[in-house]
Amino acid sequence: MLILEGIRKVYGEGGDNPVEALKDINLEVKKGEIFGVVGYSGAGKSSLIRCVNLLEKPTSGKVKVNGTDLTKLSPKKLRAERKKIGMIFQQFNLLHSKTAFGNVAMPLIIEGYAKEDIDKKVRKLLSFVGLEDKADHYPEQLSGGQKQRIGIARALATDPHVLLCDEATSALDPDTTNAVLELLKQVRDELGITILLITHEMNVIRDICDRVAVLDGGVIVEQDSTINLFTEPKTAIARSFVRTVLNDALPEATLKKVLEKGESNSVYRILYKGESANDPLLSDVAKKFKIDINVIYGTITEIQGQPFGNIIVELNGDPQEINNVVDYIKGRQVTIKEVKSDAV
Amino acid sequence: MQFDWSWFWPELFGALNDTMYMIIVAFLISILIGIPLGIILVITRENGILENKAVFNILNIVVNVLRSIPFIILIVAIIPVTRLIVGTSIGTTAAIVPLVFYTAPYIGRLVENSLLEVDPGTIELAEAMGATPWQIIWKFLLPEALGSLILSLTIAIIGLIGATAMAGAVGGGGIGDLAISYGYNQFQTEVMVITVIILVIMVQFIQSLGNYLSKKIRRS
Repeated sequence: MLILEGIRKVYGEGGDNPVEALKDINLEVKKGEIFGVVGYSGAGKSSLIRCVNLLEKPTSGKVKVNGTDLTKLSPKKLRAERKKIGMIFQQFNLLHSKTAFGNVAMPLIIEGYAKEDIDKKVRKLLSFVGLEDKADHYPEQLSGGQKQRIGIARALATDPHVLLCDEATSALDPDTTNAVLELLKQVRDELGITILLITHEMNVIRDICDRVAVLDGGVIVEQDSTINLFTEPKTAIARSFVRTVLNDALPEATLKKVLEKGESNSVYRILYKGESANDPLLSDVAKKFKIDINVIYGTITEIQGQPFGNIIVELNGDPQEINNVVDYIKGRQVTIKEVKSDAV
Repeated sequence: MQFDWSWFWPELFGALNDTMYMIIVAFLISILIGIPLGIILVITRENGILENKAVFNILNIVVNVLRSIPFIILIVAIIPVTRLIVGTSIGTTAAIVPLVFYTAPYIGRLVENSLLEVDPGTIELAEAMGATPWQIIWKFLLPEALGSLILSLTIAIIGLIGATAMAGAVGGGGIGDLAISYGYNQFQTEVMVITVIILVIMVQFIQSLGNYLSKKIRRS
């Protein structure tokens, strides 16, 4: 659906201080998917999303949307393709001189639609985003969440295949963010539109993304399904992002206690996900083996509708028996690992 | 000495008539040149929607040169051009030529500034929508800048009123001429005072009108 192939973006190339914002980005977003790119400021997220509709022209590489390489198109054909790619912005970019209706109508006016068609379509879009009663309001009379809804309605006006979301919820408060994210999900579920979003907020990824790429210094350092990235982040940066919404670090006092026991401690981290989170694992273990289980710390969250448990336990008993327990748990498709001094 | 008003009023109305003629014609022509000039300065600049270094640099220099010449010198300097266009260098119509040379680049700069105030996000949005450069200018840039453009044009027309009075001094007619020939050269202070009052009222009126329209458009 949407493929980025070897994208490089260098600003000020040939000048004294060329800045390489993107280095060899390869990414594929599948049809009907919500794909998130997460990264800190300056990681290149903004450049990346702008390379998709060529608001920024990549220095090299290919951008394929629905099989068409956009980098090869004439300005006229590029404009036609852009109409099939909707975009919403962090600062909404609503036209202050137009009402909500006028803003949503803009892409249709540009397309040269007849007045009655515009009217019908805009009413429909406004009701889709739940703002039919705000048609005659100007942007300054709308709240942040309402502005973004208008932005979404406007981006959908030309029936795009793809919706690009540039930090769409970063200027919104948490409640409004959730409502807008719900709407984006609805855009995908009901209209089948593929969504590529960039964000620095991990809760956005957790709540709506199917897959996620972590961008750092213009490079995708990790790419996985959301549940996998949350449960098994491989890079330090992915781990620190995960920790912003899913605190799996041991509280300091507990950590101290674990460390006091030295390398011979019998503290384990157990990670459940999906189906396995529903099984009574610890209770089974307690019945089957002659050991005591002490739960030190734990969190259970839901990622993409799947429960994810992260529990730290202390196993007390015969070392051989403890080994048996570990093997038993591993056999149940649950991750278990010893908590070492770095407590990861 | 008792001031004789009987000759003054017809003279004043004639002068006002000349002044209005100069202002309106010079302003209309200046807008026709200045607004496109400002637009071109914005779109051809670095990272503009139709970036073109050569066009931008040339226009930028031309505007700077014209804007740096004092109006009184500009009037004299472009006499040959004035003769070429209107056939004479004296009179109300002839005065319109230097007035346009003075006002059009000024409007160009003011329009440029107003358009540069438009949020870059608006242009990004327009491009993402697949708007043509022409549509970006007409449907996005100008409507979004309209409130600011009106204030800019208000400033320009007030500048033009001042220049018109000055043009009068060198044979253009109008109330500036009236003020100089009677009020200054013949020591008729009353004439000077009345002309100044009229100019103040004109400027006040135009500024208030501009503020009102701009406010109405910005709805703030």
